[in-house]
Amino acid sequence: MGKIIEIRWHGRGGQGAKTAALLFADAALSLGKYIQAFPEYGPERMGAPVQSFNRLSDNPITVHCGMTNPQIVLVLDPTLMGSVDVAHGLLADGSLIVNTSKSPQEIRKEANIKGAKIFTVDASAIAIDKIGRNIPNTPMLGALVKVSGLLDFNEMIKNTEEKLKKKFAHKPEIIKGNIEAVKTAHDSVKGEK
Amino acid sequence: MPILAKTGNEAMAEAMRQINPDVVAAYPITPATEVVMIFSGFVADGLVDTEFVAVESEHSAMSACVGAAAAGCRVMTGTSSQGLQLMSEILPIASALRQPIVLCEVNRALSGPINIHCDHSDTMAVRDFGWIQIFSENAQEAYDNILQLIKITENESVRLPGMATTDGFIISHCMEKIEALDDNEVKEYLGEHKKMNSVLDLDKPVTLGALDLQDYYFEHKMPIIEAMKNSKDVILKVAKDFAKRYGREYGLIEEYKLADAEIALVALGSTCGTARVVIDELREKGVKAGLLKIRVFRPFPAEEIVKALSKVKAAAIMDRSDMYSNQGGPLFSELRSAMYEAKDKPLLTNYVYGLGGREISLEDIQKIFAEQKEAAASGKVKQLIQHFGVRE
Repeated sequence: MGKIIEIRWHGRGGQGAKTAALLFADAALSLGKYIQAFPEYGPERMGAPVQSFNRLSDNPITVHCGMTNPQIVLVLDPTLMGSVDVAHGLLADGSLIVNTSKSPQEIRKEANIKGAKIFTVDASAIAIDKIGRNIPNTPMLGALVKVSGLLDFNEMIKNTEEKLKKKFAHKPEIIKGNIEAVKTAHDSVKGEK
Repeated sequence: MPILAKTGNEAMAEAMRQINPDVVAAYPITPATEVVMIFSGFVADGLVDTEFVAVESEHSAMSACVGAAAAGCRVMTGTSSQGLQLMSEILPIASALRQPIVLCEVNRALSGPINIHCDHSDTMAVRDFGWIQIFSENAQEAYDNILQLIKITENESVRLPGMATTDGFIISHCMEKIEALDDNEVKEYLGEHKKMNSVLDLDKPVTLGALDLQDYYFEHKMPIIEAMKNSKDVILKVAKDFAKRYGREYGLIEEYKLADAEIALVALGSTCGTARVVIDELREKGVKAGLLKIRVFRPFPAEEIVKALSKVKAAAIMDRSDMYSNQGGPLFSELRSAMYEAKDKPLLTNYVYGLGGREISLEDIQKIFAEQKEAAASGKVKQLIQHFGVRE
């Protein structure tokens, strides 16, 4: 990974797109990468379309401008795809990962996306099942690690678990649910045939 | 040395926790809110011994800082944009009373129109108030600069307040890898805060803030001017010591691939990081491009800049603020003035850019370098002052 890998997250205010980018960066840092995580700042409203970003590299990252051509785009909320061009600037050999119960083929047809690889994972259903609430950002981390191959999954799980243990010492049930959600999402990502 | 993932604001707050100042008086403002918000959490959790004064305005914040510093405390605060402007009545009093207050400043555009994003108008507007000003390129530098500022401002030959800045949102809200120091390392590095001329020292009473008219006011301005002069050497000494201890090197300026450069970009803050990428690309293509980063804006490193640019043919001077003088931005104005007596100097073009957070992309910097290449080849500057990236 000589060059910088750029990742863009799409979500709605309150869905945790910013937190996902921060968590991913923190996990990647612990595994020895140089990282950036930053949100796009506009008016902060629940439900409004928001974006956040990650940069990852084996070398120091000095660039501090916006991101126009990401390698990977993640969509936390599929209802965004009607109004936001989530594939904008996505590299032709890049990957689009969508939280949906639909297949990658259906998403490609519906959103009329040409080029790039499309992956789907039902992160909302996984979150409801494992965490008890529709917070798709943590399961999407699992899908991201699977699709990108950027981090060692077992190492990442171990690391995230340790961090959650520190953060939610008084709520251990949250930790188990989140970790299971990440694992399930990792194992159930669907690609195009 | 702990390796941490921190935003610029978190890095500054972490430095404040480790510094453990006696008093922090602050009022929140975007995008600097988190600095004092996170720090107030440290106070609430008992991780610091600081007396946190939650005031009702930035004017009061700086007033409380001056009072606490005059009593002999180590004092810090943080602010941005309009907050810094509301402090501005007290800022020159802090320097005139020789109080080494350290301020975490997050660069943000000035109203109006209202805008929360980065430019340097706020910091530049208070540049003539006797405060040391250090710009940070990233979260690591924000952390290191705050620590070094404690040493610089408290030095007996300086005793001036200082601010370290980050670029709003671009750095303040961008999480990056930083190498922090251990808590005890910071404690050992900074040493005990030495009280000087405390108003609470009954054995050695002092008068602060007295009326001072035609007979002595001028004489009392001179030590402030001297102290700012002295601060240059102190900043360099502190940087040298910091590098020896922790390995990260700083100066008044930083040269990046400048030694043999024919064209150069001169900038402050986060733009320098983006420029490095473009310079690396240009170097691969055989173009001799370089960067001159201005780390310290006050005191202004005039001689160092003149020397660093003496072999450059054409340079782009990047100002993230205008000052309505029709003479370009503040960096250009001072740099151009510094060049007046220089025998060998580059052609200069001023680019006023990025106001109100307007993006400065890799392509933008490529374009600026291309214009410098043209200027170097033709020996002519196309347009002395450009407002770059503004729509017509």
